[in-house]
Amino acid sequence: MDEIAPEYDVVVLGTGLTECVLSGVLSVKGKKVLHIDRNDHYGGEAASVNIETLFKKYGNYNKGEEPWKKYGRVNDWNIDLIPKLLMSNGELTNILVSTDVTRYLEFKQIAGSYVQQGRSPKATVAKVPSDAGEALRSPLMGIFEKRRAKKFLEWVGAFNEDDPTTHAGLSINTCVPRDVYDYFGLEPGTRDFIGHAMALYHDDQYIREKGASLDMIQRIRLYVNSMARYGKSPYIYPLYGLGELPQGFARLSAIYGGTYMLNTNIEEIIYEGGKAAGIRATMKERGEEGEGMKFTTKAKKILGDPSYFPGKVQVVGHVLRAICILTHPVPNTDNGDSAQIIIPQSQVGRQNDIYIAIVSSAHNVCPKGYYIAIVSTIAEGDSNHHLELQPGFERLGKIEEKFMGPPIPLYKPLESGVSDNIFISNSYDATSHFETTTDDVRDIYRRAEGHELVVEGLREGTNLVQEE
Amino acid sequence: MATRAPIASRPGGSRFAQFKLVLLGESAVGKSSLVLRFVKDQFDDYRESTIGAAFLTQTISLDDTTTVKFEIWDTAGQERYKSLAPMYYRNANCAVVVYDITQASSLDKAKAWVKELQRQANENIIIALAGNKLDLVQDSSSSDAPAGNPDKRAISTAEAEAYAREAGLLFFETSAKTAENVRELFTAIARKLPLDQAGPRGLPRGPRPGVDLRPEAAGTQGGGACNC
Repeated sequence: MDEIAPEYDVVVLGTGLTECVLSGVLSVKGKKVLHIDRNDHYGGEAASVNIETLFKKYGNYNKGEEPWKKYGRVNDWNIDLIPKLLMSNGELTNILVSTDVTRYLEFKQIAGSYVQQGRSPKATVAKVPSDAGEALRSPLMGIFEKRRAKKFLEWVGAFNEDDPTTHAGLSINTCVPRDVYDYFGLEPGTRDFIGHAMALYHDDQYIREKGASLDMIQRIRLYVNSMARYGKSPYIYPLYGLGELPQGFARLSAIYGGTYMLNTNIEEIIYEGGKAAGIRATMKERGEEGEGMKFTTKAKKILGDPSYFPGKVQVVGHVLRAICILTHPVPNTDNGDSAQIIIPQSQVGRQNDIYIAIVSSAHNVCPKGYYIAIVSTIAEGDSNHHLELQPGFERLGKIEEKFMGPPIPLYKPLESGVSDNIFISNSYDATSHFETTTDDVRDIYRRAEGHELVVEGLREGTNLVQEE
Repeated sequence: MATRAPIASRPGGSRFAQFKLVLLGESAVGKSSLVLRFVKDQFDDYRESTIGAAFLTQTISLDDTTTVKFEIWDTAGQERYKSLAPMYYRNANCAVVVYDITQASSLDKAKAWVKELQRQANENIIIALAGNKLDLVQDSSSSDAPAGNPDKRAISTAEAEAYAREAGLLFFETSAKTAENVRELFTAIARKLPLDQAGPRGLPRGPRPGVDLRPEAAGTQGGGACNC
């Protein structure tokens, strides 16, 4: 076995998506990267697992039973632990294209994007209107409100930050989103689906937030432009599950010289003068005899996910997630093979939205006839978490199998990393897409490298072996 | 999740099929060199470990009407610490497992990779075993290449061949340096691929079944424009 190099530019700990994108980008830029994971698989918290692994992870069966056996071949299942979708015009898509990682992956559209209005038993679920024209046909609004919504969406479409004549007389940098809604005279129900199902805010704080109007406009435009790209919904999803994404970026990193080690425990982070300067670690496969391979190496910087730095992170909230296996399409989603349903918080008396992401055998994540629906929200109480997700479960019809653990803590780093050379990512949050994940990638890159990440044209002129 | 090779009929009854081929084997047995010889007909004595290419492609014409295109995936060094991702094996139609005939342990490693393939890859994957660095054991009478030394051989042809037969693998001893048996290896694989049973269906890869992420592929304007 080859020796580990005595020194790396960057040691990356954990193979979640954030870490793998960074590892890939840094390798392409010529940095010498050592990428380590304590697990025997890629993806960390953001992995996709088979159904046997899922049962074992949640332990919801009796000893001696093997309930996964009734679900076909275990390896036909690729169940995401973190439910997220890609905005087809979003930043992750941009990074995938710029780095050519698209060559290892195939994507499919999510068949529809839906929003709930009202609460059970009177709840209605309807398609989120994707442009001014669809607003006019939407059952979510009455006849006069439709026209107001159309006017609002047309205004968003024509908005140009640098051209005040398109600002409708609003001082866009100081007004709050509520002022914008007021100006267009939008009803509460319309504000709800625009803010939560198009701008994708998961609570209502944005409405009073100074300077958030521009952000809101940009979010709606991202939604609308993503929608316009392929037609059915603003979302796309990789075949075989989200766990393919970190693997794709890890391959990019490896192709540019990154070294990969799974099954490797970090015994110690070595400091010199208060700054991280290296690691001491052991690579040992599960069930392997002996002590494994022990090694020490220097590192100019260390990047990693929060689980590798328990003393350097804080809990900023908890997410509730339930993975549900169904044998039918979700009601009111036009029998689609996939969907996102957003239940805006105010519709069901909450402070945080409930998200439902549904994928199926069309995405090669389960055998034919099955659907995987993941219901999630931010925890608001200390107990009865199951009830917090109840409005989501009510949308699903009969549930074959439900996997739900205790609330999942969300971590953020305590420090930027500039003082100790340790740059820590955020946990995957409760949002339904990867926009905050790519924000984190950019933020970590800026903290670690001291300049902005530019992915456009990243690979140009870097290929050492010419491709066809 | 066995994949059907995308095969397309062309006018005049000719066939074109594309297959994913993965390389496996211990570090430094010559996996990349074999591919470089096959794809570009090049060899470099002091090649660094693999760097820079997503995958390489090469086309073989089996006869006047049948063309097979290989999409060849290199390990990119991820085999070194047993860190190959499931993505690597996913939908692979064929594999070349390489060992070095001058390194006794490399055949054991190759056997382990064959096991791993049988565990992770499609059931009907075609596997070829390649004993590389044949030039190192050939003396000058049997080859144009610089003289090798028969004493360097650590794995006999008979031993490897017996294992390949038992495990149902194609078998060749190759030299990426002299090109001996390299083309033969890939041609044998192409001949064994299920060209017929898939029948004329679909298009060759390129226009993928899913969505195409490239900006020019989408019907949207970039930058500032909005579709509201």
